[in-house]
Amino acid sequence: MSQQLLQRAWVRLVGHVDGVLLLLTLALMAVGLTTVYSATADSSSRLLAQALNMAIGLTVMWLVAQLPPQKLMRFGVPLYLAGVVLLILVFLFGIRVNGARRWLSLGFTRIQPSEVLKIAVPLMLAWYFHKHEAMLKARHYVVACLLLLVPFALIAKQPDLGTAILVGAAGFYVIFLAGLPWKVIVGLLVAGAAAAPFAWTMLHDYQRKRILTLIDPTSDPLGAGYHIIQATIAIGSGGSFGKGWLEGTQTHLEFIPERHTDFIFAVYAEERGLLGNTVLLLLYLLLIGRGLMIAANASTLFARVLAGSITLSLFTYVFVNVGMVSGILPVVGVPLPYMSYGGTALVTLSVGVGILMSIQTHRMLVRQ
Amino acid sequence: MRARQSQLAAPDRELERFRFRVGLAGFAVFAAFVLLAARLFHLQVVQHDYYSTRAEDNRISLVPIVPNRGVIVDRQGTVLARNYSAFTLEITPSRVDDLEATIDGLSKLIEVLPKDRKRFRRLLEESKTFESLPIRSRLSEEEVARFAANRYLFPGVEVKARLFRHYPEGSVGAHAIGYISRINKRDLEIIDEKEQTNNYKGTDHIGKSGVEQKYEFQLHGETGYEQVEIDAGGRAVRSLSRSAPVQGNNLTLTLDIKLQEMAEKAFGDRRGALVAIEPATGGILALVSVPTFDPNLFIDGIRSDDWDQLNNSPDKPLLNRALNGAYPPGSTFKPFMALAALETGKRTPGQAISDPGFFNFGGHQFRDDKKGGHGSVDMHKSIVVSCDTYYYVLANDMGIDAIARFMGQLGFGQRTGIDIEGESTGVLPSPEWKKRRFRRPEQQKWFAGETISIGIGQGYNSYTPIQLAQATATIANNGIMYRPHLVKYITDSRTGEKTMIEPEPLRVLPWKRQNIEVIKRALVGVNIAGTSARAFAGAGYTSAGKTGTAQVFSLRGAEYKESRVKKELRDHALFIAYAPAEQPKIAVAVLVENGGFGAQSAAPIARMVFDYYLLGKLPKGAAREDDVEED
Repeated sequence: MSQQLLQRAWVRLVGHVDGVLLLLTLALMAVGLTTVYSATADSSSRLLAQALNMAIGLTVMWLVAQLPPQKLMRFGVPLYLAGVVLLILVFLFGIRVNGARRWLSLGFTRIQPSEVLKIAVPLMLAWYFHKHEAMLKARHYVVACLLLLVPFALIAKQPDLGTAILVGAAGFYVIFLAGLPWKVIVGLLVAGAAAAPFAWTMLHDYQRKRILTLIDPTSDPLGAGYHIIQATIAIGSGGSFGKGWLEGTQTHLEFIPERHTDFIFAVYAEERGLLGNTVLLLLYLLLIGRGLMIAANASTLFARVLAGSITLSLFTYVFVNVGMVSGILPVVGVPLPYMSYGGTALVTLSVGVGILMSIQTHRMLVRQ
Repeated sequence: MRARQSQLAAPDRELERFRFRVGLAGFAVFAAFVLLAARLFHLQVVQHDYYSTRAEDNRISLVPIVPNRGVIVDRQGTVLARNYSAFTLEITPSRVDDLEATIDGLSKLIEVLPKDRKRFRRLLEESKTFESLPIRSRLSEEEVARFAANRYLFPGVEVKARLFRHYPEGSVGAHAIGYISRINKRDLEIIDEKEQTNNYKGTDHIGKSGVEQKYEFQLHGETGYEQVEIDAGGRAVRSLSRSAPVQGNNLTLTLDIKLQEMAEKAFGDRRGALVAIEPATGGILALVSVPTFDPNLFIDGIRSDDWDQLNNSPDKPLLNRALNGAYPPGSTFKPFMALAALETGKRTPGQAISDPGFFNFGGHQFRDDKKGGHGSVDMHKSIVVSCDTYYYVLANDMGIDAIARFMGQLGFGQRTGIDIEGESTGVLPSPEWKKRRFRRPEQQKWFAGETISIGIGQGYNSYTPIQLAQATATIANNGIMYRPHLVKYITDSRTGEKTMIEPEPLRVLPWKRQNIEVIKRALVGVNIAGTSARAFAGAGYTSAGKTGTAQVFSLRGAEYKESRVKKELRDHALFIAYAPAEQPKIAVAVLVENGGFGAQSAAPIARMVFDYYLLGKLPKGAAREDDVEED
């Protein structure tokens, strides 16, 4: 009797958990936590806070995994609308920090609504394509693009180029996976290349500066180029096997800026070297591979494009962050999944992985 | 059925297309990761050495450790210049946004006087902004503690332990010892020239005058280095390695500071100079230039009111009269003239003239000091009674070229080579000198009449007191001439090895012994029965001397208060002497500006110096000589 109860409880607990995703998540969290420890050696409170963030993340992930895709679909429209309304409120009443209007004050705390859109946009678009699955026409793609463009423009306007790119990418992946014709893709690419000079003039001064410093970081070694220079020194000096955990001089003598948040990869690379980097990139690659596999095997269009979009978004985070820290992409504020300190990004990430688990496990249950 | 099939087929094709696109995305992801891996491989393997070096450069800073400057002691071992450690409050201007606000904030914790602010502002103008500049020196322990508790409020402000130079004897011998002060642009050029730039990293003071300047590179020592790990904010985290600095070498001077002090005091409030030389070595026993100044004022940047006071004083305390004051030697020139006459064969000792009290030449009458003249005067008497007429005639007989040649050999009109920078040459008059000195042809010509007053040490004659002392010592030493020097030996701080500054005969003058004896006997006669007999009455040793009075012709450029004018126009008093007469241990030249007759003010000073040096006797109160014979 009690054994049966235990068994039922166990099934309830792990029934909607994907073992591979969980293992990879736990491994990345372990790497992330040790790196945060090294990056914040001066204050142990950060480590505890991040451990708590991870615990919350795992809980959220488990909770989301329990919801079947059909239920998830219902969140699409309201979440999207709420997100866009909040963005408009930010546009009107947001708090200005360092010249950017990204936060909304609720009196007791403040929130960054653009974070919600990272999940809401693919959810919304996946729902939209799913609804019109039977007879997808050109206008549906146009509507989808418009649905994407509204939040993208509002976030880019804040300005928050990093988040705008991530939200834009998440939406684009849905549209692409939903079958956007190649003709249009090629056309967009050509048009994009043609519009590049025009876009350049639209960029803010600091954004242009970031791109210029990417091309030649030494042009401004103490200003905009400082971040990139110090990060590449940290990575390069790490060598093949790294300087050892807690032994990174660039880290512990505080040469790496933002070392527990956006630039945490430099800390890891300095202390763990190329070997550690290879392990980390492999973990990400496996995570992404598993996500794409889940997408490929998903049973509905909604589940397929959503899983694909979430997985490719994860890839985008990793690629943009590592590319930025190692100096091949301009500096944009994108955290490194499971590594960078901070609760919001972890929760968003966990919701995404929870959705993947839900798609995977509910599909199996259907088949059984 | 068909329709149903196509309906079923459509989702399959849809799925196929989707899977193809997912596969494509997977391939793109893989390619992107390969790109990242390649970038990381490039940074961490290919460019690893380069970035390792850059990381090391980031974290390791070489901090110079300033060596202790060598100590200066006098011949008895009395310390003349030493170092002590004290805390200073320093600001690095480049790291401070608002200097005024920072200083205001500091002044609430630590007393910062307006003069401190003034000095800081001056240092700021002279220095680079990334240099650490003192706002306050000599902090008390309590002030250091008070600042330490609040230092987080003051980025760019630090308490530093620094070594300070201190001159325990204060103003005594300041012109000889000199002083150190903050390095300026010109000093940096010298350091660069001597290829000492690396050794002076971290050093902020340098010798500016006296032996402190001349022996700078002996006194400085070798800078040590500490490898320090620093963080991004430039704060030292820990020490990695250290090479110890080597202390500067110590200097032992020939100077006798007690003698120096006594001699300075003997001048009272009069201006003047005294040089005492050990004839057998050229070692300088006392180098007096009064009034003097306190070298301690200069070390940390002199306060502007102190500077104004020193610089604008009509008494010119910063002028080293012994080396840079040039005066006509007056009658002290006569013994040298007499020796020249003997050596050139123009006179024999017994050859006498009849002195009517004047000498007529070219329609001009050159008068003797004594109305009616001295009667029959031979060489001995000419020196003892200081007969002018004898030397008018002699100068005329010898001619300017012979005089200039002989006096040049004695060192007149040349730098003696004393180990202090910036010595003046004075003027040894000659037709060649006049050609160089004047531009217009009518001024360049030498007139025979001009030779006459040269004979009694007037006219164009203009020598530094040290030249006069060197010439006197050379007579005392029977023609062996030494380079006057202040440093006796240098002690190597590492080995303790002493490097003697060898008594260096500059030249040996080939004088006939009997000629020198004539002069020496006459000089002894001066102190027994001549112009300085009263000053040397009852001395416990034999001595030789000659008084002199130099006319003050003009006071070009000098502006004096009316009350002083009278005094300024008075003659300079001079006296040269050595003692004991048989075996001279000390030779002096004394100059008292506007002191009147040499016998009156200069000779008693020499007497006090001799009494102290030879007998250890200190003078009993101020010397007063009235009613003395004129020289």
